[in-house]
Amino acid sequence: MNALLVICGLGVFSLIAEIANFKKWLMAIVMAGLAGAVVLVVLDFGTSTLHFSDMLLFNNFSLAFTGLIIITTIFWFWMANDYFKLQPHKTDRSALVLFTVAGAVIMASFNNMAMLFLGIEILSISLYVLAGSRKESLFSTEAAFKYFLMGSFATGFLLMGMTLTYGATGSFHITKIAEYVSAHGGELPGFFYAGVLLMLAGLAFKISAVPFHFWAPDVYEGSPTVITAFMSTVVKIAAIAAFYRIFSFCFSSVHTTWITPLQIIIVLTLVVANITAVYQNSVKRMLAYSSIGHVGYILLAFMSNDSGSAGTIFYYLSAYSVASITAFTALHVLESNNQNITIEYFNGLLKKNPLLAVGMTIALLSLAGIPPLPGFFGKYMVFALAIENGYTGLVILAIFTSLIGVYYYFRILIAIYFKEPLGEELAISTSLKLLIFLLIIFSIVIGIFPDSLINIIR
Amino acid sequence: MTVFLILFPLLASLVLFAFKPANVKVWAFAASLIELVASIVVVVLFTKSEEVQFVVDVPWITALGLHFAVGIDGISLLLVILTTLLVPLIILSSFKNEYNKPSTFYGLILMMQMALVGVFTALDGLLFYLFWEVALIPIYFICLIWGGEDRGRITLKFFIYTLAGSLFMLIGLVYLYYQTPGTHSFDIQALYEAGRALSAPKQSLIFWAIFVAFAIKMPVFPFHTWQPDTYTVAPVQGTMLLSGIMLKMGIYGVIRWLIPVVPLGVQEWGLTAVVISIIGIVYASCIAIVQRDFKRLIAYSSIAHVGLISAGALTLKPLGVQGAMIQMLSHGIIVFALFYIIEIVFERTKTRRLSNLGGIRNVAPLLATVFVIVMLGNVALPLTSGFVGEFLLINSLFQYQALLGSVAGLTIILGAVYMLKTFQKSMSGEVNSTTMGFEDLSDHEKLVLYPVVILIILIGVYPAPLLEISEPAVANLLEIYSKFSASVK
Repeated sequence: MNALLVICGLGVFSLIAEIANFKKWLMAIVMAGLAGAVVLVVLDFGTSTLHFSDMLLFNNFSLAFTGLIIITTIFWFWMANDYFKLQPHKTDRSALVLFTVAGAVIMASFNNMAMLFLGIEILSISLYVLAGSRKESLFSTEAAFKYFLMGSFATGFLLMGMTLTYGATGSFHITKIAEYVSAHGGELPGFFYAGVLLMLAGLAFKISAVPFHFWAPDVYEGSPTVITAFMSTVVKIAAIAAFYRIFSFCFSSVHTTWITPLQIIIVLTLVVANITAVYQNSVKRMLAYSSIGHVGYILLAFMSNDSGSAGTIFYYLSAYSVASITAFTALHVLESNNQNITIEYFNGLLKKNPLLAVGMTIALLSLAGIPPLPGFFGKYMVFALAIENGYTGLVILAIFTSLIGVYYYFRILIAIYFKEPLGEELAISTSLKLLIFLLIIFSIVIGIFPDSLINIIR
Repeated sequence: MTVFLILFPLLASLVLFAFKPANVKVWAFAASLIELVASIVVVVLFTKSEEVQFVVDVPWITALGLHFAVGIDGISLLLVILTTLLVPLIILSSFKNEYNKPSTFYGLILMMQMALVGVFTALDGLLFYLFWEVALIPIYFICLIWGGEDRGRITLKFFIYTLAGSLFMLIGLVYLYYQTPGTHSFDIQALYEAGRALSAPKQSLIFWAIFVAFAIKMPVFPFHTWQPDTYTVAPVQGTMLLSGIMLKMGIYGVIRWLIPVVPLGVQEWGLTAVVISIIGIVYASCIAIVQRDFKRLIAYSSIAHVGLISAGALTLKPLGVQGAMIQMLSHGIIVFALFYIIEIVFERTKTRRLSNLGGIRNVAPLLATVFVIVMLGNVALPLTSGFVGEFLLINSLFQYQALLGSVAGLTIILGAVYMLKTFQKSMSGEVNSTTMGFEDLSDHEKLVLYPVVILIILIGVYPAPLLEISEPAVANLLEIYSKFSASVK
């Protein structure tokens, strides 16, 4: 809870900094504040507290996800430092990012449907602006507009779904809804189930699962790269956390209603995202499709009703975030001014900048799910969970799509190691070098010792 | 001891990566020699019984039920020796080559050694899988960074092909894991029991899920299409690792992780697997005969040999499994020598096309002599190491079914055809413009090849010590198997 207040405070502080013309130390203060927020989360760990007339619940689940969101944000600020330097209005941007993070934290910790809506809106509205933050670029504007339209549409679905469930159960509190639903198993009105499915559709938009993914590739490609990195990590973590709280917690007793549609969504997501990714020339677009594909794997964990699935999802998302941030850092360094990075940009990266090449390699191997990197254990646990629950067919499909994944991730590896370099050696700042080095260490450590992360939520 | 054998190469490779010493080759060679000495110590300390020795079992990832459980029995020991013996030779054989980024190159070789020893000693299903996959990464990068033409496409095919196989094995293992009682376990004995308790149709499914991974790795027909291209395009040290050691992972897997786990599945489908292995022998031998590229020819010959090994192991006769053990060792040594000879010829003539070669015998008698011995080993002439293994294997196939045995026996004849043809085209005949001025073996090359020649003859003349190492373990394995199938009947 205190962490949320700190984040909001930092956001407001950023806004004031713009007016007060206090820009020099802003980044340092934001970073220090976020680090402090992490400490607060760690201190709160193990407690379970309700706030604002039971609207927010901070238990181990929400604290773990809050921690992950904030740590990812710290890495993101570190990586995006020069994005803020180059821009004339850096302060309002950092304020927007911080408000997005606040929305994300609320999405991970809500205990009331209204709070979920609020969280999503806080997150989305800031993001719409950030997506269009390169004002001179047509693509960026287009991305913002598309994102806004599609996002509003999804919110509409979600609101309608909430209304219908409220009508059936008489409450917005998810614990009360869960109790009511399990108590009145057979006698719920038909519109309740319609509400559940509408919420499934609305949240599927937010996590960009197929067939609700149309906005994602365009928005990811059009937005500034650092914002894309932010969207595909922090925002995704928050959306999945919200999805988990709604479906695996609140609606778990009616899972027969949503399990079949979810299965269809998983199949479509895995197949469409991975196959489309193969045909992308732009690396950013490919990463967009790959991130949609990863949602498919994460959703597999929702097929089980087991309490272990929260830990699995959490671990998967941590692994995914570390790898994604690394990959986007590489992309960010390579693109300089050009926005459309094709695979050729990676040619001979090993010679141009070995550290970046190694970082990218580890990130890609982890995303592809090669042991002993964290991506492997994430996928492994998801698969094992699905096999345990008897969805072996889905796992076989997922294995085929992972192989397709290997194909498109390895195209970049081949470019890095095999092709002749274009252009000069690549110089990167010491702080980015340190970041990449840290991320590599992080990947290896959570790959070799995944235990503590998996068990954190129990 | 086992842990040292696994972790020492990893440590050495990390040191190479981090410090990039000036004469990397020497450091890498020294590290691999230390590893060899360690493995000899293990051989000395090893007592000849069916028991798994030097066991270490530490929980690693409790959430996944993963234990770092390793140990060595007779079957593992032979393959560990093969690994620790070949890696120093492979490193020594590369002393002339100047690779870019040598510290990465040698670091990857040592990392590969870590994974291989791990595969051969793992006693935990998931740990076995981890090492199995980790072995793929260094070899992939070795081929990708230092390989030949068009390596990007070829190595990717290799990677995806083998990964596909292993992922199915993973499904099989996870399925078995959930069949184990209580708080599930990946322990090898628990998996054995879980597998045996399954019904025959389920065992058949698991059999195929796991067998495909091994069949691709070996590779047996029809899963071999990645192999000739990959062997040809890989740098020679990579080819040696692939054919000398990595291929044995598949056969080891069949013996350790397939036959005892799903005996009913093996009973049901063993014959099919033996038949496709034998088809592979004939098919690959015939293709080898018409190859024009020296390296490619040996790649196909390797498919033929490994087909025989896998067929023999799957007969489940003591002779067959013992033959497979000894033949794995012998094939590893022989194929290493063959690829090294190819490299020597290629380095001096810049060609691997057999039709361009000829008359090397006249200018380089030592090389030709070594080649003759190695070649005879490859065609399984008595008193060479190849003979012991192939004799046992074909013998077991005869016991299994006479017809299959006689078809498999063709391997010796066909092998003689393509090997002698190769000899004739490359070594005998008149010296031509390409082979003119061909230098004979240098001291350094002698240092690599002479021990190999000695080993080929030594194992051929007196194989008993090696056979004794694996015998109790093999006997134990088959006894468990036959007891089980008897109890089912």
